[in-house]
Amino acid sequence: MQVTLKIFRFNPEEDQKKHYDTFVVEAEPSDRILDLLEYVKGTEDGTLGFRRSCAHGVCGSDAIRINGVNRLACKVLVQDMKSSTIVLEPILGLPIEKDLIVDMEPFFDNYRSVLPYFVNEDPPPQKERLQSPEERERFDDTTKCILCAACTTSCPSFWVNEEYVGPAAIVNAHRFIFDSRDQAGGERLQILNDQFGVYRCHTIFNCTDACPRDIQVTQAIGEVKKAIVKGKLD
Amino acid sequence: MQKHQYEVVVVGAGGAGLTAALYASKTASTAVISKLYPTRSHTGAAQGGIGAALGNTEEDHPEWHAFDTVKGSDYLGDQEAIEFMASEAVDAVYELEHMGLPFSRNPDGTIAQRPFGGHTNNETGKPVHRACYAADRTGHMILQTLFQQSIKNQVKFFDEFYALDLLIVDGVTAGVVAFELATGELHIFHAKTVIIATGGHGRVWETTSNAYAYTGDGVALTMRKGIPAEDMEFFQFHPTGIYRMGILITEGVRGEGGVLLNGEGERFMEKYAPTVKDLASRDVISRAMYLEIKAGRGIRGKPYMYMDVTPEVVNHYAEIDGRKNPDGSPYRVTASEILTKLPDIIDFCETYIGINPVTHPMPVQPTAHYAMGGIPTNKYGEVVIDEKNTVLPGLYAAGEVACVSIHGANRLGTNALLDLVVFGKYSGLKAAEYSRSQPYKELPKDPEANAMEQLNSLREGKGGENMIQLASEMKSVMMDHVGVFRVEEGIQQAVDKIREIKGRFKEIKVDDRGLKYNMNLIEAWELSNMLDIAEVTAVSAQARKESRGAHSRDDYPERDDKSWLKHTLAWLENGGVRLGYKPVQITKYKPKERSY
Repeated sequence: MQVTLKIFRFNPEEDQKKHYDTFVVEAEPSDRILDLLEYVKGTEDGTLGFRRSCAHGVCGSDAIRINGVNRLACKVLVQDMKSSTIVLEPILGLPIEKDLIVDMEPFFDNYRSVLPYFVNEDPPPQKERLQSPEERERFDDTTKCILCAACTTSCPSFWVNEEYVGPAAIVNAHRFIFDSRDQAGGERLQILNDQFGVYRCHTIFNCTDACPRDIQVTQAIGEVKKAIVKGKLD
Repeated sequence: MQKHQYEVVVVGAGGAGLTAALYASKTASTAVISKLYPTRSHTGAAQGGIGAALGNTEEDHPEWHAFDTVKGSDYLGDQEAIEFMASEAVDAVYELEHMGLPFSRNPDGTIAQRPFGGHTNNETGKPVHRACYAADRTGHMILQTLFQQSIKNQVKFFDEFYALDLLIVDGVTAGVVAFELATGELHIFHAKTVIIATGGHGRVWETTSNAYAYTGDGVALTMRKGIPAEDMEFFQFHPTGIYRMGILITEGVRGEGGVLLNGEGERFMEKYAPTVKDLASRDVISRAMYLEIKAGRGIRGKPYMYMDVTPEVVNHYAEIDGRKNPDGSPYRVTASEILTKLPDIIDFCETYIGINPVTHPMPVQPTAHYAMGGIPTNKYGEVVIDEKNTVLPGLYAAGEVACVSIHGANRLGTNALLDLVVFGKYSGLKAAEYSRSQPYKELPKDPEANAMEQLNSLREGKGGENMIQLASEMKSVMMDHVGVFRVEEGIQQAVDKIREIKGRFKEIKVDDRGLKYNMNLIEAWELSNMLDIAEVTAVSAQARKESRGAHSRDDYPERDDKSWLKHTLAWLENGGVRLGYKPVQITKYKPKERSY
């Protein structure tokens, strides 16, 4: 089948302004959008800029906007699209570097601000720290995050103010706040109680829809909010 | 051009690179340069588990793990290093847990373990629960945990920097030249030590489970500096990649009781590995699948098999096998247990082929998966450059890019993740220790000259060769002739073809002449790396006239210990490849016939 790709282009070295290039390509229904991008770069225009690596939805490199919604280019197939015209654009709210490539640094800065690492200052036991399957299950959903930024850059509150830590950072705080072995939950709740913390979330659910790992992002944010209000963890 | 100075420079930020950086940075100034953001590394795609004889479910011992690894390697692994890894494994896994790694848990709160191919109870020969896992996302959890700890420990990262040249002065390591993707600028990293941890090169083959980034950068980098590559003819084809796509379906599926079925609905592994059946090692299963397909027993006559983990089929065969739970009750699974233990596999199948593995079998074929060969090192990650294992001062390698050799001719599942953390740790510690006693080597006058020259010749090339076309010809000839089965004429064809492509590569066309994120230029460089890797692989394979582990020759079907119980070393020299050999280290496990 034939597919028309409208791809956002901007190369600050050459272009005065942003524009779209159109490519008509032959595609199989089972092709990934990433396969089409590779085809265009390989045969039509080698200057096209986009990131990718694993090509099956686990590395988080290729979050872009596909017909207006945030998705991984490697996790959407041609047959999933409702129209034969596909518009591909960079994710919103981060500075554009070139074509579909954005500057990820502000995103990682926000991530780093929530202590996204395990803290337990007690001397470790000789073997593993014990954790029941139920305790482990409590934070399972948020361990799946691959830091692709699809959620954060789908959030209108983040578009308005990129100092808002954003859904991905809160998801990663959640992963540790609800880990029975961790000791820095209180500190993280304090950080997220800030004016740029959880209260910027207005439960619009774009993030949950955008997550390629099916994390219940809005729910996780809600759980963190609740923990702040109650001043303790469930 | 910018200059930086660090005692330890780590190239690559996957499991091995991050572990090395965590340990080195405790006592030495350390920087990590990586062409990908660390969390994009391919470690994150590993699924099934990390091997360690914790014995949480049943009796197990590091000595059993060591023997299984030696046997899995088809006796080509160096036994001292294997014993070292197996004994370090237990502490390495506890250390990951102490860093917060969210392993799946047993009801008693200990780390959950599952059976995996080739890992056995050495007394009964039956599969043993040795793979420590976090659902089917073990690699993801390891990568995330190591990255999180790197942030906690303020490790210095240079993200999206691509290493172009290794600086060696008077036979001693002096640094790295790297290309900053965002700006196109060259950076000189003046270093006392360099640790190469750039991963594998599965992209040399057509069907692969490997990421686009897996282009053999580290091995190509060192080969161009006169350092040999070891055992490159040994490349693992994982039996279960999704048909036509190559995406990995973890061996954990078979650990949970899944079975492989041929077009006649027969569990064919019974014929090839009567004791452990679907949990034989990967080389054995991939070969069996090819033989079944060749005999016309593919699914509907096509070149694939079914991997079936539907509860009915799992329970049917568990009953026949008499498989028991640890408490002695019969082993049975439900759909929801499969869903809990293999969520990502189910997601991949639903996304890419519209199949739910809980109700339907998955179409699978062998997929290029893992490089046993690579940069020769000793068990401390020190790079050794000749038949006598002479150390190149200040240079280290760890992870898939390295050949210690612990995997020999065939790696066991779960030993790759283990390799990353054990040898990542020791290379980091050793590099930091070396840095304390050694000065910086003075840099050459124009440290960037060599890299610049190569870059310019690519950038300014006027030829008309299309790189995608060249890559696809390389992948196809490697798949056809240097894949699961090999034969003299085929390998010769591959060698000739790769050399022809290398000639045409000089006329390659790079569309993008810009500086910012010039991915076109990087891909051309990656292709030149892959062509070197492909040539060395094919030439090493042609010379080895026996069948051992993943190197299976139709024309020499037997293992030949008398002539070939030795490691291959391959040097890029005078526009070709020179081969040499070094002995295998054997401690207490004498080579014997290998059957599962």
